[in-house]
Amino acid sequence: MTTLTAPRSSVELAANRKSIHPGRVMVWTLLFIGGVIMVTPLLFMFSTSLKSAGQVYDLRLIPAAPTLDNYVKVLSDGRFMRWFFNSTFVALCVTLSNVFFDSLVGYTLAKFDFRGRYLVFIAILSTLMIPTEMLVIPWYLMSAQFGWIDTYWGIMFPGMMTAFGTFLMKQFFESVPDDFLEAARVDGLNEFTIWWRIAMPMVVPAISALAIFTFLGNWTAFFWPLIVTNSRELYTLPVGLSSFAVEQSIQWEMIMTGAALATIPTLLVFLVLQRFIVRGVMLAGLKG
Amino acid sequence: MSSGTGVGPVEKTGVWDRFTIGQKRVIWAWAFLAVPIVFYVGIRFYPTFQAFWLSFTNWDLLRPARFIGLANYQKMFADPVFWKVFQNTFSYLIIGTPVSLVVSFVIAYYLDRVRFMHGFIRALYFLPFLTTAAAMAWVWRWFYQPVPIGIINGFLANVGLPSQPFLRSMDQALPAIMVTAIWAGLGFQIIIFMAGLRAIPQTFYEAARIDGLGEWAILRKITLPLLKPTTVFLVVFSSIGFLRIFDQVYNMTTNDPGGPLNSTKPLVLMIYQTAFSSYDMGYAAAQTVVLFTILLVVSLLQLWVLRKR
Repeated sequence: MTTLTAPRSSVELAANRKSIHPGRVMVWTLLFIGGVIMVTPLLFMFSTSLKSAGQVYDLRLIPAAPTLDNYVKVLSDGRFMRWFFNSTFVALCVTLSNVFFDSLVGYTLAKFDFRGRYLVFIAILSTLMIPTEMLVIPWYLMSAQFGWIDTYWGIMFPGMMTAFGTFLMKQFFESVPDDFLEAARVDGLNEFTIWWRIAMPMVVPAISALAIFTFLGNWTAFFWPLIVTNSRELYTLPVGLSSFAVEQSIQWEMIMTGAALATIPTLLVFLVLQRFIVRGVMLAGLKG
Repeated sequence: MSSGTGVGPVEKTGVWDRFTIGQKRVIWAWAFLAVPIVFYVGIRFYPTFQAFWLSFTNWDLLRPARFIGLANYQKMFADPVFWKVFQNTFSYLIIGTPVSLVVSFVIAYYLDRVRFMHGFIRALYFLPFLTTAAAMAWVWRWFYQPVPIGIINGFLANVGLPSQPFLRSMDQALPAIMVTAIWAGLGFQIIIFMAGLRAIPQTFYEAARIDGLGEWAILRKITLPLLKPTTVFLVVFSSIGFLRIFDQVYNMTTNDPGGPLNSTKPLVLMIYQTAFSSYDMGYAAAQTVVLFTILLVVSLLQLWVLRKR
């Protein structure tokens, strides 16, 4: 983090240290207050999840008598663990598929010269214009015909490849020098091996950005999983949480516990991978 | 991964060797594209045409689809609920996009200059982006509850202001949901704006300072024009997000989806209900065609307007 924001020169650094501008202090304070407001919903969610039913009306942030009872209760029947597994499994499979196919297609479009290349590229790119919501009815029909409703494959299949990922990977493969690929060709490697062994390792930052985006997007996805799953065992975490919250009605401490359980995994991953994630978002945003 | 070799051993000695290097590469390219082409045709293009076709039918899952011409569209345009939903969808867009962009730009602009605890403050703004919309919708729903439960009304009562109905009011429910959506997307927009700001070469600023330009002039003449690609991307991205809003509305109004009295219902929720509560698939398909058209027009319009200047 510090490397990203390092002062441009040591002179500037010295100047910064000496003059603590009142204006700057105010800007910092306002930004800090704004940041605290941003995380307030999260803080109150965790705080309430640690309160017993009787304490919910006490709106103080720090619980008077914190307890993990709600977590024990919510986790005891194993539903949340199941939904957690479903979300993770689905997101993982979709991410692997995207990393493989989006890269393969992006690479082919960037590094192979053949008639129809431009047409394929435009055709794939044009799918960005089609909203998911327009496709869910035909997907539902397709799933009903092939028996994919209420299966993992049913949740996964629409996202196995994305135009966004393909475009992102194509942009990055274009900056891989042809010399490396030619050298490998001279060495007699086949095209698949060249892509997998030579080109892929050169675009690892792009792959990690794509992987983070795809995983997060699918882990938190709500609309399609809500449609394609009927049985509780197949719910993903967001869909399961929603049904759980409706069922709990006004037991807000239980709902907040469920919401916290749905939030903790992504926050933990963020704390570990903060720098990669911020860089990945920047990378994808700039190229896309 | 030897299966990826694509071409069998038989060809390797015979036919395969007769191709030139160029021809071999073309074959490889199409071999790489084979599965993806099947995917894009089967899971993207065919369903798109099918959605158009279904919008002209009365399909309801039970009887086979029958062509009924423009009846679905006529029904939709004569339905006052559709026009209410149409208006709601644009309310989310017209208020949500400018507000979230201005707020995120101001924060990014100042956050970019902050050195002290930069990473920590940035993390505070970015964290909400990593949460699940469905989960956070419930947290905000709880915030908006009436007095003994809701935090916001509790705060208002403490400072002596009258309590507000929020999600129970036809006027306040939509803005209340919109705040949740803006909050969830802000961190992403801030990070993208900051990336855009970083990409502007320092020499531009130095030159401007030598020319004696003030802060405000630098912002107007250098920062904003050079930031245009980032801004265009975020305007289009966030507009599409607001036009497709669903998770928050669905979860914050489960007792009367899109309520009270359809005052918060966006198009996607209407589509969901028509298709998966009423099973009126043909009618729902017609609504998705309208959504598709809106998204297309809005994106093209924005790209055109923002490119001109």
